[in-house]
Amino acid sequence: MAEESENKVKPPSRQYPDPAKKLEQEVKTTGHTWDGIEEYDNPMPRWWVWIFIITIVWSFGYWIAYPAWPGIQSATSGLLGYSSRANVAAEIADFEDRNEVFFAQLVDTDLDEIREDDELHRFAINAGGSVFRAQCSQCHGAGGAGVQAAGYPNLLNDDWLWGGTMEDIHQTIRYGIRNEDFMDARWSEMPAFGRDGLLDDEEIDQVVNYVLSLSASDHDAELASAGQELYEINCASCHMDDGSGDYFIGAPALNNQIWLYGGSPEAIRHTIYYSRFGVMPGFAERLRDAEIRAVAAYVHQLGGGQ
Amino acid sequence: MSSADQNPQPLYAKREPIFPRRVKGSFRTMKWWLLAVMLGIYYIIPWIRWDRGPEMPDQAVLLDLANRRFFFFMVEIWPHEFYFVAGLLIMAGIGLFLFTSALGRVWCGYACPQTVWTDLFILVERWIEGDRNARLRLHRKKWDLEKARKYGLKWVVWFLIGMATGGAWVFYFADAPTLFVDLFTGQAHPIAYMTVLILTMTTFLFGGFFREQVCIYACPWPRIQAAMMDEDTLTIDYRYWRGEPRGKMKKGQLDPDQGDCIDCMACVNVCPMGIDIRDGQQMECITCGLCIDACDEVMDRIGKPRGLISYMALSDQVAEQQGAEPKSVWKHVFRPRTILYTSIWSIIGIGLIVALFIRADLDMSVAPVRNPTHVVLSDGTVRNVYDIRLRNMYHDTRVFTLSVTENPDLSLSIQGEDSNSVTVGPDEQALLRVYLTAPPGTRSNTSERSTVRIWASIAGGSERVYSDTVFNGRSQ
Repeated sequence: MAEESENKVKPPSRQYPDPAKKLEQEVKTTGHTWDGIEEYDNPMPRWWVWIFIITIVWSFGYWIAYPAWPGIQSATSGLLGYSSRANVAAEIADFEDRNEVFFAQLVDTDLDEIREDDELHRFAINAGGSVFRAQCSQCHGAGGAGVQAAGYPNLLNDDWLWGGTMEDIHQTIRYGIRNEDFMDARWSEMPAFGRDGLLDDEEIDQVVNYVLSLSASDHDAELASAGQELYEINCASCHMDDGSGDYFIGAPALNNQIWLYGGSPEAIRHTIYYSRFGVMPGFAERLRDAEIRAVAAYVHQLGGGQ
Repeated sequence: MSSADQNPQPLYAKREPIFPRRVKGSFRTMKWWLLAVMLGIYYIIPWIRWDRGPEMPDQAVLLDLANRRFFFFMVEIWPHEFYFVAGLLIMAGIGLFLFTSALGRVWCGYACPQTVWTDLFILVERWIEGDRNARLRLHRKKWDLEKARKYGLKWVVWFLIGMATGGAWVFYFADAPTLFVDLFTGQAHPIAYMTVLILTMTTFLFGGFFREQVCIYACPWPRIQAAMMDEDTLTIDYRYWRGEPRGKMKKGQLDPDQGDCIDCMACVNVCPMGIDIRDGQQMECITCGLCIDACDEVMDRIGKPRGLISYMALSDQVAEQQGAEPKSVWKHVFRPRTILYTSIWSIIGIGLIVALFIRADLDMSVAPVRNPTHVVLSDGTVRNVYDIRLRNMYHDTRVFTLSVTENPDLSLSIQGEDSNSVTVGPDEQALLRVYLTAPPGTRSNTSERSTVRIWASIAGGSERVYSDTVFNGRSQ
């Protein structure tokens, strides 16, 4: 009997809704028909509808509490007085308050002692770096490498026109170079030996080769030895006999591998013939004292600070 | 209408509330134990202490998001080692595949938080309102004082459970004893309060009101599991060949022509998903085993063998119907599919453990500064600059020494340091600006580019790591 019943039984049908029964129920449509396709009009889920209603109710409160209705000049301000601009302003003010502590400390600290205080130095480098990128990078480059073709000095190497101590760098940034704005601006001027007829072309050639020889660059030994006397008479008073230059008067060293305008014979001839007159603005009035000190600290740690 | 003919089923169905009846049995007992153990683990873990030295947090399991560290007992993971977490997640995924292909939806039925918390919430509901029939009556009743009192009390208890749930969660992300005090004294971070609030609300709503709808409508796993299961997977089913044709008992007697199912609806009444297991395999079924307990109780009472509803493989159902012996459980569990999942799972697991043991507790990354590519110094030396990050993944201060190999031309110095060694604090990192210089006349100085290897080693130890980079000469 057991076997019999086993064979008789079939799996029960699933108790899903009976399609035939459902036919009797009217399924509403929206009445929209397109290409034979009709749109059902089934109700939205209850929870969805409730959330919809709640958001509408919520919006009334929002209109009152927050800026909402646009007017001609501005929107209604809302009871809470919320304003994203005011928030930003408050945040900036907060940051400035916190920076102010360091700025005050920067001004109070001796330039050479900024490096001793790790935290202050880190702040100075970061603050100075951001000022540098805004104010200095146009000429000196974002990385501080300068542009040789235009005579914008490279700040990364170990040679300086006007000195590389913190004091020197600070002075240069503060008052600039060869400008009329500051009495204390760095100032020096090299004669234009060719243009003003102080030396003739042959003599200039000789001096060019002598200058090249000072840094052991490729040169014509004969011309160079002829140029030595000319150099000593015309150039050595500023650039020194050995070509080591003088920071105090901004006379560049000629005996090393760093050339402000390039170390090719052509570039050097151009310099001697026409002279050069690189300028830099002073920042004493554009930046705060603390910012100038921060930039000095930043430039000092770029790789060449003394 | 023609469209009505083609699709007569309504697309919207209102939820039918489910009032599962209380049931006793081995599955129910096991589920209570699992609930207690898993909730215990959840609540206790953040309070376990683990000594890592004076500078380090002493919480055994801590996800320190603020400091970007993950502590798990003796293991500490830094952000750049996040692949360990990724590996664990992959293992969890494949583990889920393995368990589903062997034992069906055991995750859903016993371990899923949705199931565990819903179980707890139903328990609270029964304590306050009574069993199935009392709850049904209360549900149909018009609102009055009794209904308001009972529902109110129930919601308050649910809400407190929700708060305990959300409250425990935040302890995994900060020092638990400190945060506990801070939470109650109003000093905790707003994010902690927000997290507690959000998880309180989700627990309250998911466990109290959404319940089985989460599994049916929101969770992707019921859909994916169909691809994981086959006819050898052990799952819960109804022996229809034994139960059908079903029929009520008459005067305490079974009609000899009828099956063992007396259509008592016990299996339906206890089901937290509100389905009838006798309809066969269904997407809604989370295989919690409560219908087995309910049916076994009835079979005992009417003197029939247990197991009208039980764990079985679908292939056994067919075999048994034809009078054959079902396959042993082990044959179901060990089959190519599960063995494959197990091996993938083990390979990843072994890989992670090996990686964990061979990883160094120091790390270095080297970023060459490329603006400009190189600098010529006054004596003709070429200098390159590198930003080097040293990570001391150790609970003590250590001295790192940098050196350079592969290129005898080059020498190394650290900006602002007199030597090539730096001290890095416990579990901290140091960012250094490092100079490599090639004196004039050397190949590295004049060539376009040369390769170089920078080493970081621990002073007085054997551990060291390296990083390869390039040095740009003046021809660059």
